[in-house]
Amino acid sequence: MGERKVTVAAEVGLHARPAATFVQRAKQAPMEIAVAKPNGEGPVNGKSILAIMALDVRQGETVVISAEGEGSEEVLDELAAIAAAP
Amino acid sequence: MNLRGVGVSPGVGHGPSYVLSVSVPEPPEGAAYAGEAEQEKERAMTALTRVAGELEARGNRAGGEAEEILKAQALMAEDPGVVVKVRSLIDRGVAAPRAVFEAFTKYRDVLAGSGGYLGERAADLNDIRDRVIAVLYGQAMPALPAKPEEPYVLVARDLAPADTALLSRAQVAAFVTEEGGPTSHTAILARAMGVPAVVACPGATGIPHGVRVMVDGTSGEVEVEPAEAHVADAVGAASARRAAISAARGPGRTADGQPVPLYANVGSPADLDAALAAEAEGVGLYRTEFLYLDRTRPPSPEEQRRAYRQALEAFPGGKVCVRTLDSGADKPLAFLPVPAEPNPALGERGLRLFRRFPEVMAAQLDALAAVAEEGLRVMAPMVATAEDAAWFVRACRDRGLPSAGVMIEIPAAALRARDLLAHADFVSVGTNDLSQYTFAADRQLGAVSALQDPWQPALLDLVAMTAEVAARVGKPCAVCGEAAADPVMACVLAGLGVGSLSMAPSSLAAVRAGLAAHSLDQCRTAAHAARAQPTAADARAAARAHLPALVRLGL
Repeated sequence: MGERKVTVAAEVGLHARPAATFVQRAKQAPMEIAVAKPNGEGPVNGKSILAIMALDVRQGETVVISAEGEGSEEVLDELAAIAAAP
Repeated sequence: MNLRGVGVSPGVGHGPSYVLSVSVPEPPEGAAYAGEAEQEKERAMTALTRVAGELEARGNRAGGEAEEILKAQALMAEDPGVVVKVRSLIDRGVAAPRAVFEAFTKYRDVLAGSGGYLGERAADLNDIRDRVIAVLYGQAMPALPAKPEEPYVLVARDLAPADTALLSRAQVAAFVTEEGGPTSHTAILARAMGVPAVVACPGATGIPHGVRVMVDGTSGEVEVEPAEAHVADAVGAASARRAAISAARGPGRTADGQPVPLYANVGSPADLDAALAAEAEGVGLYRTEFLYLDRTRPPSPEEQRRAYRQALEAFPGGKVCVRTLDSGADKPLAFLPVPAEPNPALGERGLRLFRRFPEVMAAQLDALAAVAEEGLRVMAPMVATAEDAAWFVRACRDRGLPSAGVMIEIPAAALRARDLLAHADFVSVGTNDLSQYTFAADRQLGAVSALQDPWQPALLDLVAMTAEVAARVGKPCAVCGEAAADPVMACVLAGLGVGSLSMAPSSLAAVRAGLAAHSLDQCRTAAHAARAQPTAADARAAARAHLPALVRLGL
């Protein structure tokens, strides 16, 4: 199981455009994508924009993105970059 | 039939009503279906996919900000969480429309509970849910006539971005909604389109389809099937109002001839044409961020000089006030790396960033000095203390710049304007940031937007204090925030002793007319009355009561 721990840099947090971009990318991946907060909230389905929004990740907060299977490392790198983008 | 709501976009519009009914009835609790579960699921999935596709297609056609909003909504319509919930409800015997209703309601409640930004998204979910249920019931998806014979009055419970993204003035004569407020999608869109609008109008959706409706976006009155003579009167009055506003020409001044120069806020050289067309007397706020944003390297000296020269040439002999770079952690520049901050509004922005990157300030002031002529003013944003002011003004003086000022955006600067003016040649009040910092209310946050009201008496006090000190030391005090664009507030600012006003070019005509209709004494009385009130609403009402000609001008 691969994991990426990322600090969300966007001013709006993981909402609005960053959340939509994240989910659009996650939906293209064949495997399941999980997103959790280190405090134990989640994990939620990374392909569900409503679940991501309900997780309510604010700017400066950290999330753990995880996935497993073929190609998961590449997917995780891309998703981590989206979540970390300002 | 007459209805009344809140006017949020001025003017009179009339035409046949077009009642947009996105409000579909709630599918009854316990509703079951007749056929197979798999078929019912298939029906639900088809409806979800169709609505997602519609939203996405509208986004593609609309482009820009609307495209982003609609594409995010398309993702919500096909959300896997909703899909799973709908399927399991149908497995338990619930009919598709009810299953869709319950699945979206579950998420809406989660989001609504969070308040603020998430709470606003909850309303978006209601709209998506209703669209899906409408498809399941075989109701037509709301679609507006694209090329009507005559522009219609669009009536709705509330309007979603999906409804409004593609509208134009050729289609819509006015908006009326039963819900919504001054910051709703409808109000913002209507003002941007220049179309009259009334929101929060009870009974609006009871207006029959296709009847003639007249909407007064100033008073908030909505008249159904008005007498023809009445329409002619109202339209005549509206155009008389426009004529009265545009009759005020020339430099800004009060009725008794006190000059109050009216300048334009300009965000790039492309805005200069609009400023000239609106007869601005100069540029009161030339934002320079356009030179720096989306760049990997700082702008070249030649590029900077060209941009500053363009403004000076547009207003020969007039004043052009250039604000130095106002950037920070919320709008990071690739070549000015600053660490992420938990509160960018309170961090290293404006002049503070120049402390870290003095070479960027030097380059900007050098370019300004190279083109400087008498009318050029230069000012720094985010000045908090006398030391800040002294540091910036010294840098301007060293280069021989003719006039160096500071912005008053931080309460500390307003309280100590005297010490800042010991160094600076002038001050300019930025009311938006001054509100944000005075009320500890984030400008970006809808939940605290009520505190961003320039009529708040505390804000009026700070402006008054600054203007009084400036008058005492004989230096100019300007206002260049949104507040100056409101004709009522503009009179009050003049009454408080503010010497010049700067605003978006589109607001200049109404402000010019408002000032020209009142004497300086009336403005002072109105300002005094406003400051004597305990609340923003009372302050506004008190000011209006002392500015009688505003009603005649329809302002």
